[in-house]
Amino acid sequence: MCLAAPTKIVKIEKDQIAEVVLSGVRMKVSLALLPEAKLGDYVLVHVGYAINILSEEEAKETLKLLSELEKQEM
Amino acid sequence: MRYIEEFRDSNLAKKIISKLKKVKIKEATYMEVCGTHTVNASKFGIRQALPKNLKLISGPGCPVCVTDNRELDIAIEMLREYEITLATFGDMMRVPSSYSSLEKEKADGKNIRVIYSPIDALNLAKENPEKDFVLFGVGFETTTPMIAHTIKVASKKRIKNFYVYSVHKLIPPALKVLVKDENIKINGFLCPGHVSVIIGSNPYEFIARDYKIPCVITGFEPLDILQGILMLVIQTKEKEAKVEIQYKRGVNKEGNKVALELINDVFNKSDALWRGLGIISQSGLVIKEEYSQFDALKKFPVDPPPVKKHKGCKCGDVLKGLIMPYNCPLFKNVCNPLNPVGPCMVSSEGSCAAYYHYAS
Repeated sequence: MCLAAPTKIVKIEKDQIAEVVLSGVRMKVSLALLPEAKLGDYVLVHVGYAINILSEEEAKETLKLLSELEKQEM
Repeated sequence: MRYIEEFRDSNLAKKIISKLKKVKIKEATYMEVCGTHTVNASKFGIRQALPKNLKLISGPGCPVCVTDNRELDIAIEMLREYEITLATFGDMMRVPSSYSSLEKEKADGKNIRVIYSPIDALNLAKENPEKDFVLFGVGFETTTPMIAHTIKVASKKRIKNFYVYSVHKLIPPALKVLVKDENIKINGFLCPGHVSVIIGSNPYEFIARDYKIPCVITGFEPLDILQGILMLVIQTKEKEAKVEIQYKRGVNKEGNKVALELINDVFNKSDALWRGLGIISQSGLVIKEEYSQFDALKKFPVDPPPVKKHKGCKCGDVLKGLIMPYNCPLFKNVCNPLNPVGPCMVSSEGSCAAYYHYAS
């Protein structure tokens, strides 16, 4: 039920609907919970609604932190 | 950046595991609250990779699993007593109720439609104005904003044949019950990533502050789960107790304000009955008076026969983290995906199903 996949917004339509793509599959999602979402954003989708915009900056920082783990104290 | 493959990188996974083995703590038991954490920890082989001093137990974060027999009995009774079509998320179809299941009722000729989104149920109602549609509202905070939004749309468009039977539940009150239970020993929580997208990190603060138990809000890819565990281990080692966000690319402290406002607009909190945990105060959601014309319980009141529990089913204990799925006497031989006795074996997020499919 908490299954939500990261998908890319490829089109913004009227009435707070966007078209997203995940692994080549296009589907329509509601932006009612995420009115600030823009074209090109990666969003998490749950039961047909986008719930947040994934932060590329935070993602890269997490991966960087993990790649330097052995250098860290403790 | 595609946010999936990068977080499945096996070299980075090895680094985290290596670090986990270096941080010396005695023993720790951490609870994966969310069913998807249980499934993915099993599916990606994380359990087997962990050092032996760390134990992961499953929690009640599977909304299908914690739906009580009584709630499912009510939905089935609505189908039997009234001319309605029940719209439901797919996972509920095969869950055994006291006397039947939605799958059996459908085979018996009752109108049941599986939907992916609550908007699908509303569209069905719009396209079939002569029929009454009841959406079976199962789900935690990740799902309730969508149900709330759908009710508001129904209200705006004056749709008269759409109803919601809410059995929605809230995660933080369930966690409070677990930390107060002396029989359950938990040294830290892996908190559900997507529930937290909606509610943020603030609702978990009481666990760290009042009960001194570390909480790490964790994503669902292998690197997320491993890093979440590492963050818990470091807190354990440092004898700290705070709420941290591992899933930084998805979760912020305040959550999704639009979603939270929608929930508050449409629902009130109420006491709710959880499979395995009993009645938990202020842990469920009921539709507000303002939207009562959409409340299925008001429009289609029923009084089903008394609840019948399945003998030997230990879903309740599994959901509280008291036992592992394989400790249940029915596991595998009697209860399996082909012939499930309890919801933990049916749901795609169920612990028993996860252990059945992915056990080493």
